[in-house]
Amino acid sequence: MVALPNPGDELDGFRIEERLYVGGMAVIYRVSSSAAEFPLVMKIPRLGFGEPGTSVIGYETEEMVLRSLSGPHVPRLVARGDIERHPYLVMEYISGRHLSDWLDHGPVGAEEVARLGVALATAVHALHRQDVIHLDLTPGNVLFRPTGEAVLVDFGLARHGHYPDLMAEEFVRPAGTAAYISPEQLFGVRCDPRSDVFAIGVILYELATGQLPYGSPRGAKALRRRLYRDPTPPRAIVPAIPQWLQEIILRCLEVDARARYSSAAQVAFDLSHPDQVNIGERGRRLRRDGRWKVFRRWWRAAGYEPAPCPEVSSQLSSAPIVLVAVAVEYTDELLAQAMRDAVRRTLASERDSRVVLATVISPVSFSGERTEEDTAANRRISGRVQLRHWAQPLRLPSDRVFCHVLESSDPADALVEYARLNHVDQIIIGASYPGLPLFGMPGATSDRVVSAAPCSVLVVRPTEKG
Amino acid sequence: MKLALFADIHSNLEALQACLAHARSQGAERFAFLGDLVGYGADPAAVLDLIQTCAAEGAVVVLGNHDAAALGNLSETINDHARMAIEWTRTQLSPRHVEFLSGLPLIVHEANMTFVHASAAAPDKWIYVSDPLRAAYSLEATQASYVLSGHVHEQTLYYTGAGGRPISFVPTPGVPIPVGRHRRWLVIAGSAGQPRDGNPAACYAMLDNAHATLTYHRVPYRHIVAADKVRAAGLPERLALRLEHGD
Repeated sequence: MVALPNPGDELDGFRIEERLYVGGMAVIYRVSSSAAEFPLVMKIPRLGFGEPGTSVIGYETEEMVLRSLSGPHVPRLVARGDIERHPYLVMEYISGRHLSDWLDHGPVGAEEVARLGVALATAVHALHRQDVIHLDLTPGNVLFRPTGEAVLVDFGLARHGHYPDLMAEEFVRPAGTAAYISPEQLFGVRCDPRSDVFAIGVILYELATGQLPYGSPRGAKALRRRLYRDPTPPRAIVPAIPQWLQEIILRCLEVDARARYSSAAQVAFDLSHPDQVNIGERGRRLRRDGRWKVFRRWWRAAGYEPAPCPEVSSQLSSAPIVLVAVAVEYTDELLAQAMRDAVRRTLASERDSRVVLATVISPVSFSGERTEEDTAANRRISGRVQLRHWAQPLRLPSDRVFCHVLESSDPADALVEYARLNHVDQIIIGASYPGLPLFGMPGATSDRVVSAAPCSVLVVRPTEKG
Repeated sequence: MKLALFADIHSNLEALQACLAHARSQGAERFAFLGDLVGYGADPAAVLDLIQTCAAEGAVVVLGNHDAAALGNLSETINDHARMAIEWTRTQLSPRHVEFLSGLPLIVHEANMTFVHASAAAPDKWIYVSDPLRAAYSLEATQASYVLSGHVHEQTLYYTGAGGRPISFVPTPGVPIPVGRHRRWLVIAGSAGQPRDGNPAACYAMLDNAHATLTYHRVPYRHIVAADKVRAAGLPERLALRLEHGD
């Protein structure tokens, strides 16, 4: 058995300070090192006689996954011990608050739930982009940096899409935290990033209502209830919750993974644009389904088959957010047609994609007059009307198309910033070409978007005739 | 140390040269040839010359069923096309090649590695390690952390969970997989000279023992040239088509 160190001990150059956390699987200490550039913690798995055998696999999994991850949404891994001598992980200490701290004082207001949810979904999306599914998201595993970014910790149950799954078959019984585990995980499915979307839904529900949608069931039979018993609609618990937030939460909690959001980025997008959420019956309902409906679902749950697993990153690439930059003030029908063709081709190959049409208006009116028709609010409305009109020939279902009017004196900058904040995967923009105002000017919008964009940019130009 | 693993080269000179060049560019310091150096392809003599040079520089080489067949030990696992190719191969080998093949071991144990063409449980029975049960038998026959083999042409990694049962995993080419030494791994490198998964690119794998990572690679090579040589040698058309389509 590996003895746990005491404060004051030294291990491979790290001085053990106070014990921060003692859990069933691991113990966490604050440690110091002369070489450290930031505060550190050491996580030591509880191995040996009388300790759960799963903790070694959890430790190995966490080590493998953390080594592969980068970015602000995971703690930086600094060192790891030899698994046969001293297994430990030394990583960055995250000084901010736990998401669970928000649960101490009852329901959280909708705006704050959305803010926290955007940060959480952004972090989860960053993880999915690196081919990792967390599979054990709980308020205790989410921290916030003082800068506001969410950091995900505890990767002991995580799954890396390109690594052997050490957890596979170890857990014939479902592994995870009962309150947050997705229906497919109950069946041992460990390869669907939408399982994390379900957990985001449980966390949002808990933040917004102060209650857990499925309680904290014990035992397999009680866990299975989420397959057929729908949760109480959040608005029935806290009437102040807006319909858009309930719509988002209940969509995350759909039993069939295919009915949920296709990506965490889409959850973040809806949470940051409440006015764009397509509210259906899900968002409006005020009571749970009746006995007969539940009974039918219970009957069907006996034959429940989890949705087939998508590959993590290919699942994301089939669910992209596509930003179409439309200059509504220039009516160039040839260019508009070419751009709509490009949008059609993109949508045809990406079944779960979302299209965001954006146009940029100047914050000050061209005429300089502040007449009633020319207020910023009116020009935003008019911009949206024109965007809808532009997209009309595409005949897109309304839940796949979103319209945004951005206000900025620098269109390229505004588009790039928007793409960054909203996890846009592709930008479609018209090229500057003869006939367009500002043609040939250095720094034309499309050129600047191409050089600064955080993603691929498709520059569209009508084919020359003749 | 980075060790490049080549299996089922099958007299395909173009594929072997491309894999060796790729492995060198990836920093390979040592090579291992996991059997079936000859058979099917059109360049047995040139392939054996190349491998013999590597062997003189410290490469591990083990015998495969096609190599044994070329020496006269035809086993029942060999099909008609293979048999025709083997008979033709015999006419291409010089006494020096025969001597080299005759001296090859069936299995090599070295440090934490076992090198074997088919199953370590019965190296001369040419058992296809194509499922977790057979992988378990092969792993049980040795103490090594890494059992490195071929025979099956598709790249596969078997690993043991804490329950002791092997689980099969299909690797993504180019992704370094952590393969801790405290666990046991059965590596099927994939066929360099006759891929069969619909992709004509040659297969090989690289084990980085110092960092305990394993990377499977696919290397495009001039497979049309190799296929034309098979035709020119008068070998069965099916063997040329296999190289063209990788199936």
